[in-house]
Amino acid sequence: MSADTAGQKSAFQERVQHRAPIILEVRGLHKLFGALSVLRGVDLVVREGEMVFLIGPSGSGKSTLLRCCNRLEEPTSGAVLIEGRDILGPKVDINQVRQRIGMVFQSFNLYPHMTARQNVTLALCKVARKSKVEADVIARRMLDHVGLSERIDYYPSALSGGQQQRVAIARTLALEPRIVLFDEPTSALDPELVNGVLGVMRMLRNEGMTMVVVSHEMRFAREAADRIVFMADGEILERGTPSEIFGAPRHPRLCDFLSSLGTV
Amino acid sequence: MNDFAVNFFNLQILSRVWPSLLQGLMLTALLSVVIVPVGLAIGLSLALLNTLRICALRWAIVIYVDLFRAFPPLVLLIYVYYGLPFFGIDTDAFWSVVLALVLNTSAYFAEVFRAGIEGIPHGQIEAARATGLGSFQAMRYIVLPQAIRNMIPDLLSNVLESVKLTSLASAVTLPELLRAARLAQGNTVNATPLIAASVIYLAFLWPLVRLTTRLQRRTLAGQK
Amino acid sequence: MQTFSSNFLNWDIVQNYLPDLLAGMWVTIKLSAIILSCGLIVGTGLALVRMARLKLLNAIIIVFVDVFRALPPLMLLVVAYFGMPYLGLRLTGFPIACIVLAGVLAAFTEELLWAGLSTVSVGQYEAARSTGLTFFQMMGYVVLPQAFRLIQAPLASRIIATTKNTALASVVAVPELLSQANTAQGYSGNATPLTAAALGYLIILLPMVVVARRLERAGATR
Repeated sequence: MSADTAGQKSAFQERVQHRAPIILEVRGLHKLFGALSVLRGVDLVVREGEMVFLIGPSGSGKSTLLRCCNRLEEPTSGAVLIEGRDILGPKVDINQVRQRIGMVFQSFNLYPHMTARQNVTLALCKVARKSKVEADVIARRMLDHVGLSERIDYYPSALSGGQQQRVAIARTLALEPRIVLFDEPTSALDPELVNGVLGVMRMLRNEGMTMVVVSHEMRFAREAADRIVFMADGEILERGTPSEIFGAPRHPRLCDFLSSLGTV
Repeated sequence: MNDFAVNFFNLQILSRVWPSLLQGLMLTALLSVVIVPVGLAIGLSLALLNTLRICALRWAIVIYVDLFRAFPPLVLLIYVYYGLPFFGIDTDAFWSVVLALVLNTSAYFAEVFRAGIEGIPHGQIEAARATGLGSFQAMRYIVLPQAIRNMIPDLLSNVLESVKLTSLASAVTLPELLRAARLAQGNTVNATPLIAASVIYLAFLWPLVRLTTRLQRRTLAGQK
Repeated sequence: MQTFSSNFLNWDIVQNYLPDLLAGMWVTIKLSAIILSCGLIVGTGLALVRMARLKLLNAIIIVFVDVFRALPPLMLLVVAYFGMPYLGLRLTGFPIACIVLAGVLAAFTEELLWAGLSTVSVGQYEAARSTGLTFFQMMGYVVLPQAFRLIQAPLASRIIATTKNTALASVVAVPELLSQANTAQGYSGNATPLTAAALGYLIILLPMVVVARRLERAGATR
């Protein structure tokens, strides 16, 4: 297990890092697409309540790593453990496991033929086997939580991008996941809608949700992330707290990356 | 297994019936070559007339199109074939077939053309008119060229259907490919002619099917 | 004009043959119901099987679909009906017509649905799977509804064509509407039974055509 660099930490961060149980552990993950090596031996540990940000140039394997964590991509080798249990084995019931891992996509992927409410209740009824009434109550609560209680019966086509993404977040939260994976959640949004979604993510973090986020929102990373992981060419090159990564970057690739972004 | 080959892939019988099958193929080709262009022409004319926006005319066209899309072609064929003599028109079976199938295919082509023309944004016509082009010129130089490019997959699949329809002519004893095969099968008491005719149809139509599949998929993706 | 109505619109003759014609219409309806349901279900099933992406199975399905779409349905009927005896099989026209025409519809349905499934965005599949839905739940609740909506206009057209094709069964001795009308026309020397048959088919098919037209409009305006 790789050691995270020590640095200035708040008491909160101390508690999170050393007392909280490990929710997600990735060991020696490799992923080959044909001859192309997209992940080259990645190790990662995410503890309960942490928000971990994955940053890096495009093609670095950040999204692939995320997608391996809920087996949307099958790793070529390595291990992925959720709450200590290997999810890559052949006998694993991946559908049950996926209730505990939430995923939010860049293109929202709401079901266009269903209302916001139905988008949320579908998995509740079919996977978590809640009754229709129960599912409805949960859906209402979740959509209210993300600030969309007035649009519960709207179809995705009648919602703005930001609202659609918030429905998508409600959809995964409804299943009470232990960890939520965000794959560039705001990259497809018009600038003025980004803050709405970031606000929901901030709220989730303050409620103690474990989150792994792939994103280019560096300001948000600086302000909200507990740890930042920098990836390039399929490997993790540097890890640290936001102040370490942004304030005192060490790996040359990270320095290049940060300078190419301009002022953060 | 040998039995199977003798009954379905008998080369001796094939060599005997081959000439009549070839003649049948010629007739099928002739039918297609007459029916398809006439159907296209009538269909296009109907679609163009439709753009005139004359209410009574539009209604007449809708009735024509829906009637001949709903009328089973075989029923129409037999109706025309047996019915024409009662009108005192004594003509070749060939022309009954042509008339019936032209009525059918022109209705389908009219629909394709209509959808294609209406699919071109009105702004195109406005831009054309604004530069002084007459409405006929706008149609000819601006709308139709674009519309036809969009319509090619549908036009192609309808042409394919039309060619397949020619096989119905066998029902009124026109000696096209299918009938030639049926007669040969009856005469030789062997199924080889039927297989041979199928292979001939496939040789010409399979490539067309593959082409329409590829084109249809592209249209679907564009419609999303 | 007198000749026309006595030859095409002769009510007396129709009355004579009405029972036969109605029986024929009933057979046509039965044929259509069986063929439409089997064809659509088998076609959908084939498209789902194709999603497994097994090379050999895929190849077989593609060959089947291409052949049944390329050959004229009448040719297929004739091969099946007149070729069967050489294989030692003796089926009557009705089951043969059902199997062949359902096969044609299945082929067109598979092809249309496969195109539809390929058009539904990958994100839909991923979102559904990542909330824990099984393959069949994903297909049933998320993907198939969208795919069918995409192809509803050409599929409606195919369904209409299939219903019209039941008339072909008259060629293989199935006593459906056209066959009865033909016989009646032969016996009576009068074309009125054919008019009646034409009306019968239009009664079944015109509503379908009107609905299809509306579906086409709905699909076009977006």
